[in-house]
Amino acid sequence: MVSRLALDADEATQWATRPECGAVVTFCGTTRSTSPTGHDIIELEYDTEIDLAETRIRAVAASARARWPEIVAIAIHHRVGVVGLREPAVVVAVSSPHRHDAFDAARFCIDAVKRTVPLWKREVWAGGSTWSTDATSIANVEDL
Amino acid sequence: MSRLILLGPAHEAAGIRRDDVDGSSVSEVLANARTRYGPNFAAVLAVSTVWLNGDTATLTQPVGPSDEIAVVPPVSGG
Repeated sequence: MVSRLALDADEATQWATRPECGAVVTFCGTTRSTSPTGHDIIELEYDTEIDLAETRIRAVAASARARWPEIVAIAIHHRVGVVGLREPAVVVAVSSPHRHDAFDAARFCIDAVKRTVPLWKREVWAGGSTWSTDATSIANVEDL
Repeated sequence: MSRLILLGPAHEAAGIRRDDVDGSSVSEVLANARTRYGPNFAAVLAVSTVWLNGDTATLTQPVGPSDEIAVVPPVSGG
């Protein structure tokens, strides 16, 4: 899911928590104040085409399910627009019967989102902004 | 002519998000886009991936009015 609204990690965690699961791993990627630019970041601004991004996010979830068949629930939520300091820009919640699959699949999902989903982050400070220099050529999830 | 979608830094460099651009192949459409939008866009395009209808494109692929070409600069989500 891609949304302009604030993300709720607790809601995603609760959604992923199922009776047959003994493990739920939730990752939150939040806006931080530090940057390779040296500026004090006050907010991030994310850009995308929501249809393209959601198609790619669904492919990440499908790939995770194929790699870890024991996974029960996967939530991948990314925010677009302005995201203030300490607010989550991305939330991944994965549940499975046992912890190893949940940890491994959650890490795969966030790493794959960063590499395969068309999203762009603009770093904003008092008096200026720039596209993030922490960018990589987009990959296909089947190549990861 | 094909529909061109310019994403993230490509949108900023071109000053437009969506446009219809002449050309009978991916490479012709992109060449016309470079001419239309100028050197800042050309610089972004040089480091971008190009999609044709959501899949990685090759420059020689033929295109028509129903095709959608996306310029996808290096990504920075998460």
